[in-house]
Amino acid sequence: MKDLVGIKELSRNEIELILNTASSFKDILKRDIKKVPALRGKTVVNLFFEPSTRTRTSFELAEKRLSTDVLNFSVPTSSVVKGESLFDTIKTIEAYGVDFIVMRHSSSGTPHFIARNVNASVINAGDGINEHPTQALLDAFSIIEKKGSLEGLKIAIVGDILHSRVAKSNIYLLSKFGVNIRLIGPPTLIPDMTDHNVEVFYEMDEGLKDSDVIMMLRIQMERQGRGFFPSTLEYFKNWGLDIRRLKLAKKDAVVMHPGPMNRGIEISSDVADSKQSIILEQVTNGLAVRMAVMYLLSGRSENA
Amino acid sequence: MGMMKELLNKKDMERIISRIAHEIIEKNKGTENLCIVGIQRGGVHLAKRLANRIKDIENVDITVGSLDISLYRDDIGIRKEQPVVRKTEIPCDITDKKIVLVDDVLFTGRSIRAAMDALMDFGRPAQIQLAVLIDRGHRELPIRADYVGKNIPTSMSESIEVQLEEEGLEDRVLLQT
Repeated sequence: MKDLVGIKELSRNEIELILNTASSFKDILKRDIKKVPALRGKTVVNLFFEPSTRTRTSFELAEKRLSTDVLNFSVPTSSVVKGESLFDTIKTIEAYGVDFIVMRHSSSGTPHFIARNVNASVINAGDGINEHPTQALLDAFSIIEKKGSLEGLKIAIVGDILHSRVAKSNIYLLSKFGVNIRLIGPPTLIPDMTDHNVEVFYEMDEGLKDSDVIMMLRIQMERQGRGFFPSTLEYFKNWGLDIRRLKLAKKDAVVMHPGPMNRGIEISSDVADSKQSIILEQVTNGLAVRMAVMYLLSGRSENA
Repeated sequence: MGMMKELLNKKDMERIISRIAHEIIEKNKGTENLCIVGIQRGGVHLAKRLANRIKDIENVDITVGSLDISLYRDDIGIRKEQPVVRKTEIPCDITDKKIVLVDDVLFTGRSIRAAMDALMDFGRPAQIQLAVLIDRGHRELPIRADYVGKNIPTSMSESIEVQLEEEGLEDRVLLQT
């Protein structure tokens, strides 16, 4: 495998290999010396055409802990504002001899296009409303850590499914493992995903019943121009997760959120900070998963 | 297909473990400050066997660790597939300890170089010693073992297979020519 562009393109075996490898990398993060020489001499460029704090810092730290040389390229300071085309930008960066391109772009499919045109390994750090594969991998890793396995779980994904690449990647991944997926949200924000293993609920209370895992999504205020719901107050009333609703799920249910959270809009503070919340563990696991992905891709990076 | 020849059987292996256990105790004048670390995977099983044998002889519990070296190898950029990363568990502070590294087969010495680098990330041991079940020659680095089960001169085209009960097989060592 040269690239990681989406969960859709991965087999169940490949996903399991990544998750098992991540568990060995997680041990490294607990050591005094958290750095290994595995990818010494390799160069990585982080190419973010969309704002990102946590994904970019998570990738950067993962890259540094694998001993790579890291180059950060963010759009406002680059020649993109001078009108350079994406293709020329990528070709210029490739001429530096980079081994990995980690990229985020607002247009779906951009990493797929780039991957076909460069020798470097391309890792999708989020493309438009399509996929965010490393987020789904770290979510799966976090669930398995708490629940032992994915098999037979009831997992509720709540919120703006339509605009969420996190939700898409999670749905593709969980479907491959036979998970019972429930999509919960306003009808305007749930796309047709009937070819996957999903059940749709517009009533949150009903959808949460007996869930093992509740994945909350961020309401993407920047994409809400077209009146998908009346107001944030109304949204919280209908689809926000508070303590009363949390009690409808199983007693040992865990609450997840990919961040950044809008407290009081999709999730209440007492839930976000409760014992059942594993939101901060997701952040730690993200490092281990991203290290595992880069390590595994590096095996084939030379012969694209 | 080449020929398979049995070099060691279960009984031979038991005697070797027993002898090396005695040698470790003798060389270190006891077991004080000793920690045994096996290299994944074969070395880990042999490390446990050595610790058990030392317990039989001296009636002391020796700390046993396991070490995965995949992230410290020198051929990472060359390989097509990356090796599986297995668990590393070093259950004690290795600083100022005498570490006995254990591997099944000593060949080019590159795994041992990687293992020593990996160990150093956990602390500064007083000493690192090396115990191997088979030394098949062909060293590419200036590394030698302190304890050797059996020296077996091989050609580069031959391969040595160590089979262990812990892996669901019968204890034996095979030479494939």
